[in-house]
Amino acid sequence: MADPMRIRAQQKDDTTDVRVLMAHPMETGLRKDAAGKTIPALFISDVKATCGGRPVLSAKWGQAISQNPFLQFRFKGAKIGDKVTVTWTDNSGDTRTDETVIA
Amino acid sequence: MDSRARRTVLAQGSLLAMLAACGLLTASQVHAAEAAGFDAKTLDDALKALGGQAADSKDVVITSPDIAENGAVVPVAVTSKLPKTQQIVVLVEKNPNPMTALFTIPEGTEPYVSTRVKMGQSTNVVAVVKADGRLYAASKETKVTLGGCGG
Repeated sequence: MADPMRIRAQQKDDTTDVRVLMAHPMETGLRKDAAGKTIPALFISDVKATCGGRPVLSAKWGQAISQNPFLQFRFKGAKIGDKVTVTWTDNSGDTRTDETVIA
Repeated sequence: MDSRARRTVLAQGSLLAMLAACGLLTASQVHAAEAAGFDAKTLDDALKALGGQAADSKDVVITSPDIAENGAVVPVAVTSKLPKTQQIVVLVEKNPNPMTALFTIPEGTEPYVSTRVKMGQSTNVVAVVKADGRLYAASKETKVTLGGCGG
């Protein structure tokens, strides 16, 4: 199971600012290892974020998102104490969900 | 699907999602269009997959460094000042697959995303915004001193 995401959700007036740091190698499939074999592509392809069951962002990613992806976005309509949940799925089918409480 | 519906679908990419919901276009066809964009090897092909011509707009703002020290981690943020922004797409023109990220912005979410991308060489970062069914674009050149695809 992959390493946990670090999610921070801060409430500023009526806006929730969310920063996520995911742990993932994000292999492009273009690199070769020391033996000259191509390292297969392994990257997060889908990201979904919800707050209280309401979708607040969804994303499709290609292999050019940097290793250990960083993502920041903002939405309205939530308050301190609400939960923000983020889920990623990669091209191998592996998935990870983490959540945080808006502070 | 009759020819009028087909023309409308081709002209306005956002209809894909609506038609999928109505069952006129299957969800897999929408995904296929988006997947085609991610597989595209040139900026033009990626833009075609998104739905065609995007008008240049000053309301699409790309924040990225003029010179990136490390092409493996280039911070890119996109802000759309256009009302009814539905999607923000980030492309890196000279990457092997230019389409890098496609964000769907639901109502209530600010039309703003920030992430970090890999750039193989100095090139344009292009942002395409789908707002109210139409496409708008902006581009910003970012120079890279060390390429980011592991080469």
